[in-house]
Amino acid sequence: MTGTIEPTAATSAAAAPLTTVDTLRFATAGSVDDGKSTLVGRLLHDSKSVLTDQLEAVERVSQSRGQDAPDLALLTDGLRAEREQGITIDVAYRYFATPRRRFILADTPGHVQYTRNMVTGASTAELAIILVDARNGVVEQTRRHAAIAALLRVPHIVLAVNKMDLVGYEEKEFERIVEDFAGHAAELGLPGFTPIPVSALAGDNVVDRSTRMDWYEGPALLRHLESVPVGGDRSGEPTRFPVQYVIRHAEIRYYAGQLVSGSLRVGDRVTVHPSGETSAITGIDVLGEDAREAYAPQSLTLRLADQRDVSRGDMITTGADVPALTRDVRAAVCHLADRPLRVGDRVLVRHTTRTVKAIVKDLAGAAELTANDLGRITLRTAEPLALDDYADSRRTGAFILVDPADGATLTAGMVDLREAGSHV
Amino acid sequence: MTPGPTTADTTADRTHAFPQQALPQHSLPQRALPPHALSHLDALESEAVHIFREVAGEFERPVILFSGGKDSIVMLHLALKAFAPAPVPFSLLHVDTGHNFPEVLEYRDHVVAAHGLRLHVASVQDYIDRGVLRERPDGTRNPLQTVPLTERIQAERFDAVFGGGRRDEEKARAKERVFSLRDEFSQWDPRRQRPELWNLYNGRHAAGEHVRVFPLSNWTELDVWQYIAREGIELPEIYFAHEREVFQRAGMWLTAGEWGGPKDGETVEKRQVRYRTVGDMSCTGAVDSDATTLDAVITEIAASRLTERGATRADDKMSEAAMEDRKREGYF
Repeated sequence: MTGTIEPTAATSAAAAPLTTVDTLRFATAGSVDDGKSTLVGRLLHDSKSVLTDQLEAVERVSQSRGQDAPDLALLTDGLRAEREQGITIDVAYRYFATPRRRFILADTPGHVQYTRNMVTGASTAELAIILVDARNGVVEQTRRHAAIAALLRVPHIVLAVNKMDLVGYEEKEFERIVEDFAGHAAELGLPGFTPIPVSALAGDNVVDRSTRMDWYEGPALLRHLESVPVGGDRSGEPTRFPVQYVIRHAEIRYYAGQLVSGSLRVGDRVTVHPSGETSAITGIDVLGEDAREAYAPQSLTLRLADQRDVSRGDMITTGADVPALTRDVRAAVCHLADRPLRVGDRVLVRHTTRTVKAIVKDLAGAAELTANDLGRITLRTAEPLALDDYADSRRTGAFILVDPADGATLTAGMVDLREAGSHV
Repeated sequence: MTPGPTTADTTADRTHAFPQQALPQHSLPQRALPPHALSHLDALESEAVHIFREVAGEFERPVILFSGGKDSIVMLHLALKAFAPAPVPFSLLHVDTGHNFPEVLEYRDHVVAAHGLRLHVASVQDYIDRGVLRERPDGTRNPLQTVPLTERIQAERFDAVFGGGRRDEEKARAKERVFSLRDEFSQWDPRRQRPELWNLYNGRHAAGEHVRVFPLSNWTELDVWQYIAREGIELPEIYFAHEREVFQRAGMWLTAGEWGGPKDGETVEKRQVRYRTVGDMSCTGAVDSDATTLDAVITEIAASRLTERGATRADDKMSEAAMEDRKREGYF
């Protein structure tokens, strides 16, 4: 894709006040030739995130290939193989900012054989932009992208209907696609989505509201990205503190980790899983500051009243809302590796900071999962894991399977506690 | 003589397909964050500390690549915080090109002594003296660092190697994982990277392999400077504007010195400059600047229309995929 892009508006990434700026991590997914790279290029360019030397490099390469306009895909397709083939293969992370918000964009490939890379980008995203070509509407890849966003529980979905200029900016074309997508979204259990008609090439509804689609009353894409609520404040949720490392100094043990959710206060009673032992917090240190309390997602160290046998892989919690301690793990999975996963395979489960051995007991009736398959799994682990449902926590409800032979990452898992017992 | 690059090149009069316009006022109001939300610097700090502690928990012999540049200085600062009150459980490794800025080497030794750290130095000059590596015709030693780096990693059996690389620096680095597996030749294969989901970093590796770890993956240049200002971190003086004897080569101001410049036809002049990145003297350019304080540097970077590598690194301009090619071979 190529395009001469005139700036439609500008927003300054300059030093906005630090205390009022938060970060939105979002991912883009699209099918081949639906203009994803143009859209990303326009977002970056119109937010003044593409600097002169980067632009000149793109122009130089585009010219040397005989293209008369700069190919904005070159901004994100950073690998030689990607530029040669004109497709996105691996996730590229891009950083930009407006005075309201900072953005981390995971630009992910749409091809089915690179699904694992889209899953990677979606795992940390709070918003996913699913792009469709207005001429083609919802295609098989669109449904797959929606399925992945649903599986990974990306909180916010944008359906960007691109190339509206090529369908005469017609409302009925847009509505037809939105209706079609809504049917699939309901089937997949997506909580909702925000449809936006855009033309990335012409700049309609990317940064500024388009004047060519008066019938559309919603925000332009960037305004939506700036205003969507970020679920950054997890301090009100049940407390989960996976122990990463034990720092020993002057005969004192400091339990180091990042608070995943909830809060901790000096004096709190804590439970250590899986041992079930209890103790009380005698001190909290938040990166050099002696603190009375701490909130997710701070990294900190804890001191406990008793010299307990607490080590990496243990989970510290407070209060009555505790994780499920189990050796039978049921989960939705996306298989990532080229080698298949079979019933009976011996694997390692990596959950928070804990790694345990496990056997694949069941794959919802399937004999094996191959690369990019979405499925369901039952595992039997050698030691208990302290699990939350993935719907409640994208951190303490997530795991990966690792090949014990060579350490390869095999499968992404999303814990399903609700189906426990009823699942065959 | 035409002026060299500046970091505050906001009024560039060159024409290209995307004319830069004046930046209008943003129309949306600022809003307050929820009461316990972390500021973006706190969030980046917490994430980086998490990465350091994961490595301490999973590896036997980690090492921090320490060049005395701002990114490695921030890495060390984060490591000190991550393991306080105990000392940092890693040693440092510096690949000395033999063309390093004396101010930076001085800073390096000062920091090592102040924190009681152990420093390994792999010397490019040694390799040249032994005839293992040959000087390049252009005098640039950056590409020559890969072999000493790789051999030292193998010899010391380092299994995790922290690098200060950031994804915002360069398009090949934008594709890099936080935990990046390298084979026994330190090679990076971008087509076969492990999927990296959530914050579950997979550091498993076979004997002889190692993992490059990038705790600053999600930081931008501006984040690094704002963090340096917030934490009051001391930097080598060459990051701030000072008078220096420089000459122009390939559109960059290079420091005159024993390393091989200036050549015939290159004129030395005294200019007020600062360094935006710190590397080998032969390929790291200074920028015209009057930023003598941290605040002035931050203002200058926020207004800059050039990336830091674009403004100051000759080695990245060699080809479109120069960084990807060097990374494949085991470069930082």
